[in-house]
Formats: sequence, C-alpha cells, structure tokens
Amino acid sequence: MSTTTGTSLVRASGLRKEYGRGTGLLRAVDGVDLDVERGETVAVMGPSGCGKSTLLHLLGGLDRPSGGEVWLDGARIDGLGEKALARLRRSAVGFVFQSFHLMEELTAVENVELSALLAGRSPRESRRRAAELLDRVGLGSRAGALPSELSGGQRQRVAVARALVNEPAVVLADEPTGNLDSVATLDVLQLFDDLHRAGQTLIIVTHDARIAATADRLLTMRDGVIVDETRLTGGSTGRLGALAGLED
Amino acid sequence: MGRILLVGRLALRDLRRRPVEAALLLLAVLAATTTLTLGLVLRDSAAAPYENTRALTAGPDVVMSARTTGQLAAYGDAAGVTARSGPFPVATSTLATAGQTVDVLVIGRDTVDAPVDRPQVTDGGWVRDGGMVVEAAFATAYGLTAGDQVTLGGRAFEVAGVAVTAASAPFPATTCLGEIPCLHGVAPAGADLPPGMLRNPGLVWLTSADAGRLGVVSYVLNLRLEDPDLAATFIGSPDAPRVALSTEIRTDATEVAGDSQILLMIGAWLLGLLAVASLSVLVGGRMAEQTRRVGLLKAVGGTPGVVAAVLLTEYLLVALVAAAAGLGIGAFTAPLLADAGAGLLGSAGTPALSIPVIGTVTGVALAVAVLATAVPAWRAARSSTVAALADAARPPRRSGWLIQASARLPVPLLLSLRVTARRPRRALLAVAGIAVTVGGVYVALILDGFLSKPFAAGYTVAQVETLRRVLLLWTVILLVLAGVNAIVITLATVLDNRHTAALARALGATPRDVTAALSGAQILPALAGAVLGIFPGGYLLFEAIMGITGGDGDRATPPSAWQLITVVVMTALIVAALTAIPAHLGAHRPVTDSLRAETA
Ligand SMILES: Nc1ncnc2c1ncn2[C@@H]1O[C@H](COP(=O)(O)OP(=O)(O)OP(=O)(O)O)[C@@H](O)[C@H]1O
Ligand SMILES: [Mg+2]
Repeated sequence: MSTTTGTSLVRASGLRKEYGRGTGLLRAVDGVDLDVERGETVAVMGPSGCGKSTLLHLLGGLDRPSGGEVWLDGARIDGLGEKALARLRRSAVGFVFQSFHLMEELTAVENVELSALLAGRSPRESRRRAAELLDRVGLGSRAGALPSELSGGQRQRVAVARALVNEPAVVLADEPTGNLDSVATLDVLQLFDDLHRAGQTLIIVTHDARIAATADRLLTMRDGVIVDETRLTGGSTGRLGALAGLED
Repeated sequence: MGRILLVGRLALRDLRRRPVEAALLLLAVLAATTTLTLGLVLRDSAAAPYENTRALTAGPDVVMSARTTGQLAAYGDAAGVTARSGPFPVATSTLATAGQTVDVLVIGRDTVDAPVDRPQVTDGGWVRDGGMVVEAAFATAYGLTAGDQVTLGGRAFEVAGVAVTAASAPFPATTCLGEIPCLHGVAPAGADLPPGMLRNPGLVWLTSADAGRLGVVSYVLNLRLEDPDLAATFIGSPDAPRVALSTEIRTDATEVAGDSQILLMIGAWLLGLLAVASLSVLVGGRMAEQTRRVGLLKAVGGTPGVVAAVLLTEYLLVALVAAAAGLGIGAFTAPLLADAGAGLLGSAGTPALSIPVIGTVTGVALAVAVLATAVPAWRAARSSTVAALADAARPPRRSGWLIQASARLPVPLLLSLRVTARRPRRALLAVAGIAVTVGGVYVALILDGFLSKPFAAGYTVAQVETLRRVLLLWTVILLVLAGVNAIVITLATVLDNRHTAALARALGATPRDVTAALSGAQILPALAGAVLGIFPGGYLLFEAIMGITGGDGDRATPPSAWQLITVVVMTALIVAALTAIPAHLGAHRPVTDSLRAETA
C-alpha cells in the first residue's frame, strides 16, 4: 500500500488525526498509508465511527492531520495555510456530502457556479459551465429552482455538479446516498458510474455494499486503520448490474 | 469580478431571507445616523444666522465701552480701525409692561445710519422722541410689538419698532454693554444684588435726548478693524475700556443652537453605543446559524477573506442604507430644531448637508457595522471547516458557579439563571444596553427639571421649547432603540435555547415556566442595567455634559428618589412586556419541532 509510484494522484503516508488528549485521547485516523491512481475509483467502508469521514477530510484538505503526510497531484498539502487550502479545495478537490450542503438561498445553477466564481472565473463563463453540468446531471430544466424545491436525489445531483465545476483532480464523496431512498440512490449511482467511465478519480465513503461493488478497489477501515484492501474486477468496467437488486 | 458578484449576491439573498432581522438592524443603525446627522448639521448651521445678521447690519468687530467719551477717543482713530460709529450714550432702567418689570440697557441713537452697526428694523420704525425700539428677541420674550405702550423709568413710552443687531447677543444673552455689571440666569435665592447690577437685561434704543434723561452711565463705540485679530491688542492696555469681541457675541448668540447640538451629539454617541450592542447581539445570534453556511463556503473553496467579506458585506449594506436614510431624515428634521430665535436675521432655514457631514455619518455607520461584525466574522472565517459543517451552534459557555447557585431556586428563576449563565457576553450586552438607555433617561430627567424653571439657564420660553423638543426626540429614539435591543436579545436567546427549552418541557416544565424563564433571563440584566445606568452611568454622563457645555451642574437638582425608583421599575416592566412576545412564541413551539430543528 505504501509503495511510491510516480503516477499516484492522492497519496497518504503515516496519516494520523487525534482528538482530545491524555486519557481522552482518541485516534480517529491512526497511521493510514494510501495511494490512489489517476482515474481510479476507491470505496471506503467500515463501521460507524471508524474514521472514514475524518480520512476523507484529511485527503481533501478540509482538516489538518496530527501527523503523517498527504500528497495531492504531486504536491504536499498537509502543511498548507488556510488560504492555500481554500485554493486547493476549489481547484483540485470536489466534495459531495451526505447532507448535500447546498446554499439554501441560491438556486441550483447559482449553487453550481459558486465554486467557479470563487475560483475567479468570469460570471459568464461560470454560468455557462454550471448550466452545462446541470444538463449533464439531468437537471437542465430545474436550473432556477431553490434547493427547497428539489427532491433529495435532485439536490445531491446539484451537489455533484457543483463538485465538478472546476474540473477537480479528485472527487471526494462522503456517503453521497446516505440520505436518499433507493430510486434516488440509483440516480446518483448512475452519475458516479458515468464519472468513473469518463476517467474521473473518485474516493467514495459508503455503508452500501452495492455502491462499493462498482469501485476498482475497496478499503475497509476499523478504529482508524485500514484493515483490508480488495481489488474488484467488476468495478473497472463500471457494471451497474450489481445494483439490479435495488429496483424492488 | 465573479467574486464580487458572489459576495454581493450572498449578502443580498441572506438579508432577503430574514427581513425582520434586516429591519431591526436597519432601525438600530438608522437611529444613530439620524441623530448624528442632526448634531452635525446643527453644528454647521448654529453660527449661520449670526453671521448672516452681522453681514446685513454691518456688525462691529469690537464694541468698546467706557465711563467717558474721552477714554474712547483715542481708539476711534487707532491704526487698523477701518470704520466706526459712536460713541453712543448708554443708560440703565427698568421697563414695565403688562404687570411685569424687567431691567434694560438703553442705547441712545438718533439714526440707524452709521458705518458700523445698523440695526435692522423688523417691525415698525426707528426711534423718535417718546418712541423706543426693542431688540427682537427681547420683544418676543415679552410680547412687545410696535404700537405697544410701556413705561421706562416711570415715564410712558410707545414701542416705535423692533430691530435686530449684531452688536449684542439676543435676549436673554444680551451683551452687557457699558461698564455695567449684569447677571444672566437665576439670582441666588434671597441674595441682594449689588446696586446698579442688571438682572437678565433686555436691550432697547431711544433717542440720545430720551436716553440722557434716564441718566447716562457709560458710552459705547463700535469699530470695524482691518484685521479682526487686532482687537486682541485693545484688551489689557492700561486703563483700557471694556471690550466685547464679535466672536464672544457670536458665542453667546448661538448658545442655544450650540446646546441643542451638544445634546444631539451626546445622544448620537449613546445611540451609537446602543446600535453596536444591538448589532453585536444580532450578528452573534446569526453567526450561530451562519456557521454552517460558512463551513460550506469554505468547503467549496472560499478563502477566509471571501468568507469574512460575505459576512461583513451584509452589515455594510445595511449600514450604508441606514447612513443614507439617516442623512435624509436628519436634514429634513433639522429645521425643526434649528430655530434661530427671533433675535437674529434669517432662520437656520434648511441647513444643508455638507460633504464632511455626509462623510462623517457614513463613516460612523460603517464603523458601527465593522465594530459589531469584525470579531465574529474573523472568528468564523478562521474556524475549522469540518466543525463548522458538522455543527451549527457555537457551544454555549457555562459559568459553573451560577448554575450551582441556581439549583435550589423555583423552576422559572432557575431556568432564567441558567439561560443567562449560558451566554455571559450577551447578558453583559443586555446590561450595557439598558444602562446606556437609563443613563440617557436620567440625564433627560435632570435637564427637563432644569428647563422647567423659568429663565433657569438664561433661556427664553421659545429657546426652552427648542431644547425640550431636542430632549424629547432624544428620549424617544433612545427608548425605541432600547426596545429593539431588548427584542433582539430575547429573539437570540429564544433561538439559542429552543433545544434546552424543549428538553425542559419534555422533562415536565410547563410552557409558562419556560416563558417566564426566557423573559426572566432578560429582566435580571435589565434590573442590573437600570441600576448601573443611574449610578454611575447617568451621573457620569451628566457630569460629562456639564463639562463639555461649561454648564454649572450645581444649579441642577438630581431626579428625586421616587423618579429613580419609577425608572427602574418601569424598565423592568417594559422589558418584561417586550420580551414576553418572542419568549412566549419560543416557549410554545411544539417540543418535537424544536428537537428536530436541532439536527436538521
Ligand atoms: N471534532 C471531533 N472531536 C472529537 N472527536 C471527533 C471529532 N470528529 C470526529 N471525532 C471522532 O473521531 C472518530 C471518527 O469519526 P468519523 O466521523 O471519521 O467516523 P465515520 O467513520 O465517518 O463514522 P460514520 O460512518 O458514522 O460517519 C469518531 O469516534 C468520532 O467520535
Ligand atoms: Mg462519516
């Protein structure tokens, strides 16, 4: 796992995150080594509280590690300042959260163009890209709707579009279907599958074995440590067949 | 460009989503900017009527007086003197009209025409034998108009006219011309005035012959100088005549406008403080809800600078609107307060907004917004992104001793103390807000009592009315803003405590217990604030006003004990009434709603 191949896009070594101190010390992530290749889809599973979200936050520069290294696209990011991290988050990383985290006061298209505007793109270009992405996630006709006017699945698709707007090197998704019913889950899964085929690097944290089955690689965590790693053959071809059972 | 668009869009949308809060914010800043505008505009306009009068009546740079014309002779031809009139004889007398008597200074002048000091007749004509002209403010104060019959030193006179001059300040600040001592304001009770001393004298003109018959005691000489600063060299020379400079006369002439202006400026400061308190609470209360928004912005790549800009822009927008509206309202209402009085020509009219006034008001409004938002904005911008995303509310602080101390109290009081202890800083802001208000009310009470005494501070009835109006405006705005403040604080407390309140109810407290607790949590600080607002707040504020105005605080009586007790009790009652509404609404929300809202 800790082999340093030149092509890896995301790399972590000896990564640790601790909360509290003394007797209350909690090692949420406890020495993780990880390499993710460009274009690879990695699923992370494990029991609640084992440190999956924490790991994802560390990899995407949302949080700073207590120790170890994080590399993204050849650059080390664990020591970056708040401003540099912000720049990184809007250019190299796209986040998708379980609870969508859309701006309630902005319409779908405005939510999508948010990151583009933050990245300094012109209003016109941002709007064009946002509209395009909404089309791609199948929401071209709902561009002017507020999040409160959209269903959960639609909201998550808006969030995915937002994550893609700056063409990030990697998309990090934390239980993207955790709040969705099975039909909406299928929708979002189809979207991730499309991304996978298009060569987008993806790291998905999930509780759902059927999602994990679509990945190239499945990591299992327990108590802050990666305890198992499985290469999946079905994943690379992007078969959604494993999900057939969802439609009941 | 895109980022500016984004920041503006987020600020506007957020304001639109919370119209009530936006309105409260606007009101808070508006009160301060309006008062400040009034204060500044009045300062600019206070001197205008005097200068106007001076220009129209060829007012002197210096008025000299001495017992004999000989003492003045040398000065009329001194180097640097460009024009002169006089010496004119001066007498003193007592004027009786409609059952009242009043001391007067009499100047003998046969014609208005002179190179210096040409009083402008505003009613009737100029002096003639047996006909006198009365200084305009004096005439207004005693209701004299052309044609009225009066007696002067026991002889009958007719009022030939009313006129305005720049050689004396208008009644009751009449400049004591001639070497005649006079007393302005209230004489010490029971004290006998030294013989010859005039008390609140008015100014009248007679013919020289008529004045001579009253007994001339002095002479006045009006001079225009090449360089007004030269006047200083006339003072202090050996056996110098008495000198009144035009600058001194102007100071006396504009005293009321000046006093109004000082009151307004102090009011503006108080309101500014209140506005900062209101804003801090609103911003602080909203920061809690905004944390998630901030986390989200940061997660998608907003730098701390962008996040701070988004948070600040909202308040800066409100401040700008408040500044513009305050400037408008202030300029519009200023003429009501800038009554120049009858003694000067050309009322203050519509005092114009000058660039410095606009700049100052806008600057102060922006400063208020920045002051109230900078700290929370900075803190939010720096906070951990993950924590912000995960959890909306700032964890309340706990003051352990307060919570322990409250354990044995009845339920509502216990809950109130706990609610207060959860947010010590907000409780402090509440105390400060009430203290500022009560301090202002304390001073208003003293000043009002002071103004109720006739001629108390040497003001005329009309001037007292003007000052009363200023005081009333002051008090009303202060009370409104304090009310806004109380509601804002309760709202924030209700929002903050909905979870606790729901839990308390889930565990058996009645909605009434919770309402009582939430509103009690406001009354405790209100009581503390009311007491502190009287002492040291109001006391120090009054001393400060006296210090600035050069007033004599000893002449004012402090409010009586019952007045103070009423103020404290009323404060508590009003706060209770104002806060009961949001508290009641908060307490009656369905329990499950509140518990669910927390996790949504
Ligand atoms: N801010 C924090 N302070 C203290 N402990 C924390 C904090 N955030 C997370 N933890 C702890 O770190 C551990 C890992 O949390 P994490 O959220 O990464 O788990 P997870 O695997 O994502 O769980 P889930 O599947 O329930 O989302 C947990 O024990 C959690 O309690
Ligand atoms: Mg998680």
